[in-house]
Amino acid sequence: MEKVRMEVPDPIVNIIGLSLYYGKTKALKEINLDISKKRITSFIGPSGCGKSTLIRCLNRLNDLIESVTIEGSIQIDGQDIYAPSVDVTELRKRVGMVFQKPNPFPKTIYENVLYGPRVLGINKKSSLDDICENALKRAALWDEVKDRLHMNALDLSGGQQQRMCIARALATEPEILLLDEPCSALDPIATSKIEDMLVELKRDYTVIIVTHNMQQAARISDYTGFFMLGELVEFNITTEIFTNPREKQTEDYITGRFG
Amino acid sequence: MTREVYHRALKNLEDEVLKMGNMVTDAIRKSVEALQKRNKDASREIIANDIHINKKRFEIEEKCISLIATQQPMAVDLRELTSILSIVTDLERMGDHAEGIAKISLLIGDEPLVKPLIDIPIMTEAGLSMLEKCLRAFVNRDVEAARRICNEDDRVDALHDQIYRELLLLMIQNPKIIHQATYLTWVSHNLERIADRVTNIAERIVFMVTGRMEEMNVSKY
Repeated sequence: MEKVRMEVPDPIVNIIGLSLYYGKTKALKEINLDISKKRITSFIGPSGCGKSTLIRCLNRLNDLIESVTIEGSIQIDGQDIYAPSVDVTELRKRVGMVFQKPNPFPKTIYENVLYGPRVLGINKKSSLDDICENALKRAALWDEVKDRLHMNALDLSGGQQQRMCIARALATEPEILLLDEPCSALDPIATSKIEDMLVELKRDYTVIIVTHNMQQAARISDYTGFFMLGELVEFNITTEIFTNPREKQTEDYITGRFG
Repeated sequence: MTREVYHRALKNLEDEVLKMGNMVTDAIRKSVEALQKRNKDASREIIANDIHINKKRFEIEEKCISLIATQQPMAVDLRELTSILSIVTDLERMGDHAEGIAKISLLIGDEPLVKPLIDIPIMTEAGLSMLEKCLRAFVNRDVEAARRICNEDDRVDALHDQIYRELLLLMIQNPKIIHQATYLTWVSHNLERIADRVTNIAERIVFMVTGRMEEMNVSKY
């Protein structure tokens, strides 16, 4: 069935006819989707629906998998990110990513947060201190760690580690922050801290989050896309998706009638 | 199907709404019969039984709130629960209208009726037929049936106007009956309000199914 492309205000990402193959298996099928700037967009759907695959296309993380081929295009600020001229490191600076399990480096909190800026060549101590403080403040972790920035990040709690990973992603000043099930390994209190933080972050960043937790999508996102078997079944304003979805498949999934 | 316990709880809730609908239907029919037969005991029983309808409403409300709090219903399920909260409020008020008719019957006391009741029972059955169809539309998620119910309200309104005019004429002819005839206009008013509340329920059914609120019972005034 032909899907109407939903118009969103001020789109920063345009996904146009995107298909992705793992070898011969088509994991994403002609995805057409625009993502609004400085809003939270969430992707939901059953396991294997392609939502994580899609988010990984947005900073070309799938390039690291040899068997992957891609058709269609993704534009960020009007620029095709799969064009040969694109510097992938520069792209990943603009499009930061946080994963399901917190993955701190076995280094101090300070060195973790500043890993990206150092790779980008920033060495001045005062600049690095400011970047670290700002990133940790934005990730709502500063008050908890400001007196122990030089302790090993692995000694933080799971929730703190995840917020530190978000701070690490923010330290390179990305425009877009991708989060792939960032709270699935966290308890409800740590989850709500991250959710509150993401809502704050959308003042300055475009946030795209993959989540298995539908209530999380409902709570924090402005737009929600529902995926199934590699297809974008429905994309709409979050309140519409959760109160009056257009597609029966969406309705069946979010009401727990399948999935 | 997944989440079987949750969906069974939703289905049970629908059954409870039907049960409450039957309690209200019973109360309305018996209140008019008691008035017709001048049966004071029956009227007193209806007044005493209204508490059971009120209790049922609170029971259903509690179950809705508990499901919302514990199961995070979404989409059609969420609309169903919020609609049920509204539907039981209307049903409870319809029960109050039946109680009102029973009270009027007691206020009329031992006086014989100034005229045999003809249109009031017709109006009662018209309202109850609307309610019965409405409850069926609720169970069947039948939007078209719900919309049709609202058209039937015009007939009840016309009967109310007719009863009012007839009683007014009788009062002009014989001022001694003003007291009782006024009471009978109140009965008619209660029945007219009952039918209006059925249309509220019909509107909720349309919302529950389509997700859109439609004002279907537009005032002619």
